[in-house]
Amino acid sequence: MVRVIAVAVAVTALLLAAWVFFLAWQSRQIGRAVIAGAGAVEALILAQVIGAIVLVARGERADEPLTFVLYLIASVVALPLGAWWAVGERSRSGTAVLGVAALVVAVMLQRLQQTWS
Amino acid sequence: MTTETAAEAATAGGTPPEGTPGTRRTASGPGRLLVAVYAVFAVAATSRALVQIITKFHEAPVAYLLSALAGVVYILATIGLTRSSAAGRRLATAACAAELVGVLTVGTLSVVDRDLFPDEAVWSVYGQGYFFLPVVLPALGLWWLRRSRGGRFAPATVHRLVGRGAPSPRGPE
Repeated sequence: MVRVIAVAVAVTALLLAAWVFFLAWQSRQIGRAVIAGAGAVEALILAQVIGAIVLVARGERADEPLTFVLYLIASVVALPLGAWWAVGERSRSGTAVLGVAALVVAVMLQRLQQTWS
Repeated sequence: MTTETAAEAATAGGTPPEGTPGTRRTASGPGRLLVAVYAVFAVAATSRALVQIITKFHEAPVAYLLSALAGVVYILATIGLTRSSAAGRRLATAACAAELVGVLTVGTLSVVDRDLFPDEAVWSVYGQGYFFLPVVLPALGLWWLRRSRGGRFAPATVHRLVGRGAPSPRGPE
């Protein structure tokens, strides 16, 4: 786990969740800006995956390798799947779905940290 | 038309396959959010239970098997909620009810006798490890299934009738 990136992912994911839930509260739909924001968080997540692969290649190991890998996969797929399910219905609830996905990312990062150190 | 294609048509934006007035698809509106959260729980509970069963089953077999059962119930609820057929609705209702009974039973047992669960299950202490969502979700699920249901006595229909004034003396419809 590259701690700096992990913290960055968690913080940006929480900000994204707050933003999206605010939009949902205002009954607004997901626009390009939100998708771009989610894309930025996803880019950080992918950087985190690359960082983890490099660390493992250097010989570092997570305490529970299997759990670690599953959480890593979950953190990568959460936002794309959430965005897909979110834009499928242009409604307040549809928007909120992306917020849930962003919260899932934040929780995944916290769990990843637990299984690594 | 088979149920499968009817469901597909509804997903594509057509009318719900059920003929009852006021029926909404369970995967639309608040249901869409519910499906998302159920899907997260389905994946989380199932994969966590599988990892525990594979790596350390002997430590707390009851807890891990209960987590696996919870995972299956979440999967069934998710599938039921995404189907727009009457069968999907029944499946979702049964899964939510089973979930409510499960989380209340396991939750109470885990509080009364901690030795029963040496390691956490999804439902122990009413889903404490999952922000207590396991005890809130089935209630929300059942509420939504009731609310989105059509028919004469469904809340949606009652609203509609009340909104238009009392039903005619010759009887509804």
